[in-house]
Amino acid sequence: MSAQANHRATSPLAGRTLTSGRLPTWAPAATAVAAIAVGCAIGAGAGLSSHIQWGLIAALLFVAGNYAVAARVEGPRQAKDRLATSLVWVCFILAVIPLVSLTVYTIQKGAGVISGTFLTHSMNGVISSEPGGGIYHAIMGTLEQVGLATLIAAPIGLLTAVYLVEYGRGRLARTVTFFVDVMTGVPSIVAGLFVLSFWIIILGFSFSGFAGSMALSILMMPVVVRSTEEMLKLVPNELREASYALGVPKWKTIVRIVIPTAIGGITTGIMLAIARITGETAPVLLLCFTTDVINTNPFQDAQESLPLYIWHQYSLGNDQTYARAWGAALVLIAIVMGLNLIARGIARWRSPKAGH
Amino acid sequence: MDTPSPTVPQDRDDGRNHPPHDTVDLPAQLPSALAQATGQSGVSSPPKAGNRIGDTLFLAASRGSGILLLCIMAAIAIFLGWQASKSIGSNHGNFFTTFEWNADATPPVFGIAVLLFGTVVSSVIAMAVAVPVAMGIALFISHYAPRRLAQPIAYLVDLLAAVPSIVYGLWGALFLVPHMNGLTSWMNDYLGWTYVFGQSDSVAGSAPRNLFTVGVLLAIMILPIITAVSREVFRQVPRMHEEAALALGATRWEMIRTAVLPFGRPGVISASMLGLGRALGETMAVATVLSPSDKLNLHIMDPGGGTFAQNIAAKFGEAFDNGRSALIASGLMLFVITLLVNAGARMIIARRKEFSGANA
Amino acid sequence: MAKRIDVSGLSAYYGSFKGIEDISMTIEPRSVTAFIGPSGCGKSTFLRTLNRMHEVIPGARVEGKVMLDDENLYGAGVDPVAVRRTVGMVFQRPNPFPTMSIYDNVVAGLRLAGVRKKSLLDAVVEKSLKGANLWNEVKDRLNKPGAGLSGGQQQRLCIARAIAVEPQVLLMDEPCSALDPISTLAVEDLIGELKSQFTIVIVTHNMQQAARVSDRTAFFNLAGVGQPGRLVEIDDTQRIFSNPSVQATEDYISGRFG
Repeated sequence: MSAQANHRATSPLAGRTLTSGRLPTWAPAATAVAAIAVGCAIGAGAGLSSHIQWGLIAALLFVAGNYAVAARVEGPRQAKDRLATSLVWVCFILAVIPLVSLTVYTIQKGAGVISGTFLTHSMNGVISSEPGGGIYHAIMGTLEQVGLATLIAAPIGLLTAVYLVEYGRGRLARTVTFFVDVMTGVPSIVAGLFVLSFWIIILGFSFSGFAGSMALSILMMPVVVRSTEEMLKLVPNELREASYALGVPKWKTIVRIVIPTAIGGITTGIMLAIARITGETAPVLLLCFTTDVINTNPFQDAQESLPLYIWHQYSLGNDQTYARAWGAALVLIAIVMGLNLIARGIARWRSPKAGH
Repeated sequence: MDTPSPTVPQDRDDGRNHPPHDTVDLPAQLPSALAQATGQSGVSSPPKAGNRIGDTLFLAASRGSGILLLCIMAAIAIFLGWQASKSIGSNHGNFFTTFEWNADATPPVFGIAVLLFGTVVSSVIAMAVAVPVAMGIALFISHYAPRRLAQPIAYLVDLLAAVPSIVYGLWGALFLVPHMNGLTSWMNDYLGWTYVFGQSDSVAGSAPRNLFTVGVLLAIMILPIITAVSREVFRQVPRMHEEAALALGATRWEMIRTAVLPFGRPGVISASMLGLGRALGETMAVATVLSPSDKLNLHIMDPGGGTFAQNIAAKFGEAFDNGRSALIASGLMLFVITLLVNAGARMIIARRKEFSGANA
Repeated sequence: MAKRIDVSGLSAYYGSFKGIEDISMTIEPRSVTAFIGPSGCGKSTFLRTLNRMHEVIPGARVEGKVMLDDENLYGAGVDPVAVRRTVGMVFQRPNPFPTMSIYDNVVAGLRLAGVRKKSLLDAVVEKSLKGANLWNEVKDRLNKPGAGLSGGQQQRLCIARAIAVEPQVLLMDEPCSALDPISTLAVEDLIGELKSQFTIVIVTHNMQQAARVSDRTAFFNLAGVGQPGRLVEIDDTQRIFSNPSVQATEDYISGRFG
């Protein structure tokens, strides 16, 4: 024993024995249960009203308890490892709670509101503090604005990506790459302000769905460029060379070989970009104004959209409008999630398979 | 003995040494069968001329798109700058130090001091909360979670990254604000001595529609996106580096510290910048939660303050000519700040490139 | 310093697939033992069970006993982390930490163990790099990234990193398969020098290498397609290469299969 101690004192590598104190595998779980119990007891005992505090106290106790027990039984390095593990678990749980709460709360509040009438009627003639009315005009507006934005942004984004990957050499390509990066960072409200100053203030057009579409397309372009670029880079060079070797011209190689090979990923990227701009509120707030009636012409007069509708109903501030806002929020989430799931479906369906 | 079959003069290394996507000189004549196989319809027409036109047009279209993108960026800078200079010229206050925002008054007096403060404070709180937690979740998914749990969680996080900000705003205003009451008064009681976390007596008990709550909401909002990007980075750490650490007798945490975190650092920085960019420019989530004022208050638990984006959304409805231009000027400031943040992140990443592990 | 390894009845699994079955052998201290055999016969799997690296692969597990002198590596209460500190490992592809300098790579293990004293670390760096025959090549650029060295130098850096923590046993998983002939020679020379201090186990595909560096050689083979790998025989290297007792060994060595 004393030889062991001596060895420890002289060698920089303390603890040469293979067996050291080990906690049983159920120890973390036991600490968690104890921490939650004590956390709730302290919370209830001290009369803390907010459950956020109860949770924070329990989390703190869990981390500290795990560390203390491990430090006593297993030594400092293992204790640090346990500390990291418990912190990671706490992070996970801390984050999951609000995110799950958001989803559950939206479904809870929104599901009761949604009905056939809600989906097929506008707010025309509905008094805000009374029940009734719907989101038909907002859905139409969102579909048209997002559709137009996609029609503008997708071809430009796609062609830019093709240029960067297939042709891009030299200063122009580097400049474009740099500014695509810059464009990715443009805040959505700044895109809205740009179209406002350019289209409405200087050119003198009025508020319209199309103005909103332009701002949305500015937000969409860099996303499409980036994702398409990534996908085109994944196309093996051998395919291009095989095509050139058959005497196929370059542009046809791109259109017939390269793009079809990457089409799954490209579509996925575009769908995700669409999902992203569907929920954008700030630019449409500045450019589409707001209206209670159905306006199917995106090029003239104010047009509603779903995010705008939620904001509008929220700011009216009574129980009926809050309820309508939740209903619209649920529909908006459903649309965005649907787009996401479709995008993932395409990605899985078109993903290159190993061997045929 | 057979004569060896004539070999086609071909450079065997061609595939490797050729610049990846360079133009290849095409043979002048296309055998018609080949043309058919590759989907060319007009076999009889001289292929070369048609191809050249096709190539030229296609190159023009794709290069034109790139140039158009540059033009849009230039236009954004020019038009915002033009409108902004108009309003700043008319300003009777100092644009950087004035607190109030009365751009349509005569004479117009407005400044961004409160907005700048509010934007920075709320984003700093958001980053301070979100980045460590997001890294925790990313590590949880990539290295800690049981395998069967990791995949669904990763999927869930990706979906949450797509939830529109207005929904976060609605949830923040109607659910989070009431639930922050207890925490706010508790922090006031125990951390009030820090001044920053204290509340003025006059507002004690009012709804916590303050910068702190905004920061927490922004943190929750940007959490999924930072997590999603960091997770991808952590997952790409080469297995051999992790095994090298484990073989040296590293615990799991030590393995993560020596192999995973240094390798993932540039990726985590860019993920955080992505999140910061969203937090800085976020409009609706702030507009719904904050009860704005034109006071610069170091008590971040007091209701009041404002951010660039929130101010634009709130003031836009009743703004006239000069009011709009003034809001555009503040938008330009926001744009500049976002650019600086992104440039800063790029510099941090570039400086560590030698040790980045990209060349491993 | 060096310890004897005594394996009995060891099997290793990947999920439900059995990779190696019922292996027993003794590995002498201060000697080089080489594992040879056709691809996929479980040499590397077996090597990784000797420092409990096998189980870092999700779903992998081990049955049986590995005695390091008188301690069972798979006994109750044994900490795999402590095992790996005692039994070092060098991998097939050189894997210096890309984010660390040469210096930091060598002392990575010591830093993990909590050693902070600069003078001690300096001494260990010089000693380990000299031990790995790398000191003269890198002493002027210790603060440059380890990933900037040539492949052979990187592998010797990894060996320096492994011996810096003074393990009892050094496991090498095809350490030369990614290296050119000159670097291979340097590493082989190094192995010859290191065996005076460590118990060395090396997996190799190159039979000349096994014959050159090892004292004892173990031949592994598959019992059949889809079957787990087994130990066919282990004996003095000279005997294995001149007069093996099993026909399959002779077939393999003379190049009739594998």
